[in-house]
Amino acid sequence: MLYAILCYKDEDVVAAWSEAEEAAVMGRLGEVHAALERQGRLGPSLRLLPTTAATTLRKAGDPPLVIDGPFAETKEQLLGFYVVEVDDLDGALAIARDLAAANPGGAYELRPVLLYNPDPRRTG
Amino acid sequence: MSEAAPDAAWLAAALAAARPRVLAALVRVFRDLDAAEEAFQEASLRALRTWPRTGPPRDVAAWLILVGRNSALDGRRRLARLTPLPPDQAISDLDDAETPLAESIDAGSYRDDILRLLFICCHPDLPATQQIALALRIVSGLDVARIARAFLVTPAAMEQRITRAKARIARGAVPYGAPGPAERTERLASVSAMVYLVFNAGYSAGTGSERAVFCDEAIRLGRLLLRLFPTDPEVMGLLALMLLQHARSPARFDAEGEIVLLEDQDRRLWRGPMIAEGLALVDKAMRHRRPAPYQVQAAVAALHARAAHPRDTDWAGIDALYATLEQLQPSPVVTLNRAVAVAKVGGPAAGLALVEPLAGALSGYFHFHGLRGALLMQLGRDAEAREAMGRAIALAGTPAEAAHIRLQLDRLAREAGERLSEKI
Repeated sequence: MLYAILCYKDEDVVAAWSEAEEAAVMGRLGEVHAALERQGRLGPSLRLLPTTAATTLRKAGDPPLVIDGPFAETKEQLLGFYVVEVDDLDGALAIARDLAAANPGGAYELRPVLLYNPDPRRTG
Repeated sequence: MSEAAPDAAWLAAALAAARPRVLAALVRVFRDLDAAEEAFQEASLRALRTWPRTGPPRDVAAWLILVGRNSALDGRRRLARLTPLPPDQAISDLDDAETPLAESIDAGSYRDDILRLLFICCHPDLPATQQIALALRIVSGLDVARIARAFLVTPAAMEQRITRAKARIARGAVPYGAPGPAERTERLASVSAMVYLVFNAGYSAGTGSERAVFCDEAIRLGRLLLRLFPTDPEVMGLLALMLLQHARSPARFDAEGEIVLLEDQDRRLWRGPMIAEGLALVDKAMRHRRPAPYQVQAAVAALHARAAHPRDTDWAGIDALYATLEQLQPSPVVTLNRAVAVAKVGGPAAGLALVEPLAGALSGYFHFHGLRGALLMQLGRDAEAREAMGRAIALAGTPAEAAHIRLQLDRLAREAGERLSEKI
C-alpha cells in the first residue's frame, strides 16, 4: 500500500541551518532515499519553499478568496512530503524513523494514500 | 514519548531561529537591551544543559522566554535572599506554565515586540554601519569578533562601537507602548530600509568576504518581517529583491575575484531555489497592485532572472519598470539604470540622451562615466569614450570595477586597431 509521509518542521530552524548543516542533513537523507530507491519503495518526493512564499485560495465563498500566506499558521509547517510503497503502517513507521534519524526535530504525519496519479508528463 | 535527543547542530539552529522572537519579548519585559541579552544567554545555556537530556520542548521560544525571564528574576531574588528557581528539569516539564505564556505571545504583542527590537537598531542618530552592526549583534546574534572581521576592525573596537550605540539608544526614548497603525507603518519602513542596508553591506563586499554572510542574515530578517506582515506587498518586494539578487552571487565573481557583469554571468550558476522563491513573491506582491520601490526593483530583478540568456531579457519591460520607479522615487541613479534599458531597446543614442543630462548630478559617480563611455564607444565616438572611461577608472571604488573598465578600454583599443587594419 502507498503511504504519504508529510514532513512538518519549524521552517525558521531550517532557515537557520548553516550551509554545512544543510549539506550534512541532505547527505544523511540522501542515504535513506538511496536505500528506499534500491528497495523500490520510493515514489515522488518534494521539498517546499517557505510558507512566506505561499498563497491560499479560500473556496468557501463565491468567488473564492485569495489570501497571502499558508493555510494554517502553526509552529511547525508542512515543508515537504514523500510517497512510499510499504506493506503496512509498521513499514511506513520504519521509513519515518530512518528519516527522523537523518533529520531530527519536527514531525512526520503518515497518511495512507487513497488515489495516486503518477506524473502524467512522464507516463502520458 | 519525547523526541530523540537533539544534536549540537540542531540545538544551535533552534536557538538561532528562536533568538529574535525571544529577545524581543525579553526586551519588552526588562525594557533594557543588556538585561534582555543576558537573560537570553542564560536561557540558552540552560537549554544546552537540559535539552540533550530531556529532548527539546514543544515550543522552543516560549521555553526560552520563560526561563530567561525567570533566571533574571531569580538573580534579583538571590540578591534579595529570596526563594531560588526550581531546577532545570522541573522547568522543562512545566507544560502548563509554557502553554498560557505561548498563547499570550502568539495572540498579542509578538509582532510589535519584534518590530520594536528591530526598530531600536535603526535609531536615526546611529550611522548606517552602527545600525548594521547592532542588528547583526542583537537580532541575528552574530558574535562581535565575526562582525569585527567583516568590518575589518578589531573585536575590541567593534565592541566599543556597539556599546556606544547601545548607550545612545538608552539615552533616547525607546517606545515601549503598542504603536498605532500609522506609527507601525513608519517603523516598518525604517526597519525595511535597515534590513536592505544589512543586505547591501554584504552584497557589495563580494562572495569571498566575511561580509557575504550579511546577505543570508538580511534574507532571514526579511522572512521574519514577512511572517509578521504576511499581506504587505512591499515586504514581499524587499524579500524578493534580496533573494533574486543574492541568487546570482555564485556567478558574480570570477576565479580571480573580479566582478562579472550581469550580461557575462554564467546563468547556470544562479541559485534556482532562491530564484523560485523570489519569483513567487514578486507574483504575490503584484496582485496587490500597490507598486512601491522594493517591489519595482524586485520586478526588474525578476525579469533578469526569467531570461535564460541575456538576449532573452525583456528590456522594454525593464524600461517600463524603471520609468515607474522614476515616478515613485525620482533619482539620477534610477534614470541612469533606465538609460541602460533604453539603450538596449532604442539604441545607444537614445540611451545617451537620457545619460547626458545627469552629468551635473552624477559627475562623481563611477557607473555614470562607465555607462556613458560604453554608449559613446557603441556610437563610434572613441575619443570621448576613452575620456569617460578614464574618469570611471579614477572613480572606481574597487580594483574589480577599475579592471572591468580597463577591459572595455582594451576592447576599444583592439577594435580601433582592427578598424585601422581594415582600412589598410
